[in-house]
Amino acid sequence: MSIEAIAARPYEQNRPPLWKWFAGLALALVAWGLAYSQLVRVSEWLVSLMPVDRTSHLGEALAFFFYDTPKVLMLLTLIVFAMGVVRSYFSPEKTRALLAGKREGVANVMAAGLGILTPFCSCSAVPLFIGFVSAGVPLGVTFSFIIAAPMVNEVALGLLFGLVGWKVALTYLGFGLGLAIVAGWVIGRLKLEGWLQDWVKQIHAGGGTFVPDERLAVDDRIRLGIEAVKDIVGRVWIWVIAGIAVGAVIHGYVPAELMARILGADAWWSVPSAVALGIPMYTNAAGVIPIVEALLGKGAALGTTLAFMMSVIALSLPEMIILRKVLTLRLIAVFVGVVGTGILAVGFLFNMLFH
Amino acid sequence: MKDVKVLGPGCKRCEAAEAMVRDAASRLGIDVTVEKVTDYAEIARFGVASTPGIVIDGKVVHAGGLPQEGALEKWLQS
Repeated sequence: MSIEAIAARPYEQNRPPLWKWFAGLALALVAWGLAYSQLVRVSEWLVSLMPVDRTSHLGEALAFFFYDTPKVLMLLTLIVFAMGVVRSYFSPEKTRALLAGKREGVANVMAAGLGILTPFCSCSAVPLFIGFVSAGVPLGVTFSFIIAAPMVNEVALGLLFGLVGWKVALTYLGFGLGLAIVAGWVIGRLKLEGWLQDWVKQIHAGGGTFVPDERLAVDDRIRLGIEAVKDIVGRVWIWVIAGIAVGAVIHGYVPAELMARILGADAWWSVPSAVALGIPMYTNAAGVIPIVEALLGKGAALGTTLAFMMSVIALSLPEMIILRKVLTLRLIAVFVGVVGTGILAVGFLFNMLFH
Repeated sequence: MKDVKVLGPGCKRCEAAEAMVRDAASRLGIDVTVEKVTDYAEIARFGVASTPGIVIDGKVVHAGGLPQEGALEKWLQS
């Protein structure tokens, strides 16, 4: 059933009782856990069926691929479901009402945090930007929000947690948030309101206080979680598999010494090159993480790898083209400059700390 | 005659929202004019920050994603 059909299902009729929803959820979670615990066994068994030597390059690559594909897809499903439920409590309009007229500083921190939790699809980026600015959210605070939303991708966060470990996931969260807060604050200090496109400056929201009336029941929220899984996992699975395939090749074939030379902490140019490489790459966060996992496993430096990941996720060309509708080129240049500098700083700092 | 506006720059969900409005109206036998608003400036003037949004007789009733069928019918009937 398509997401449209799910949303369209009449919700007053034949509504299953709440306990059935919870029982179904509990059952699904147990099944998930059981399957997850068998992933190594299944992948090893699959490789053993192949006419390849397990210790060869190809054997290593295949083992990575067979293990990571179900693992990432399962993690992805769980994360997206949980976020779908959590996000049903937030909306851009509520967030805007929270942020409107707030003083900069605290508001930047709030905006960065809300940027992670507030759901909006990329086609909404422009109305969202205008909606915020025209309702009196300061430009710098709006930027904290707009930067945090892709920078700290909740899917990337969950996958990092599951694949690479909590330390890296937590550092990514901390530095992504920090970057969104500081970059937004800096942009706010620069007083660049004049660099918005003229028509944006002229808009004063007429009924700018619309706040949706969302009194959703728990089962509606669960349904929104399922809807998010169908929508997002249905859309990104192909990217995930492509990312895992790249990761598998790196894992099986790229020699560790080469990796250390190119992406190691000793080469000063590795961080800027990683950022430059990441910008034109447009892939989904879920597709980048398996590559990150393989790079780290081969001994690539943490700072360089995180810088690559962040530039892929946060500085994508298509997003800048969308934002071009509301921002002047100069303002986009400032945005890229501030965010890019922040990513470089994160990269160098980490290479220094974890050397 | 109800005047319905569907706010959205033209993504897939916005089209789906428009189809939902038309379906619901014809099912309920309500006479509607459905207009699509794709201009960002106009969308912002309605105070909507996430699309698709739905405006009925000048009043914003929904924003951000597809409405639920039951709720949509209620808005159209009121």
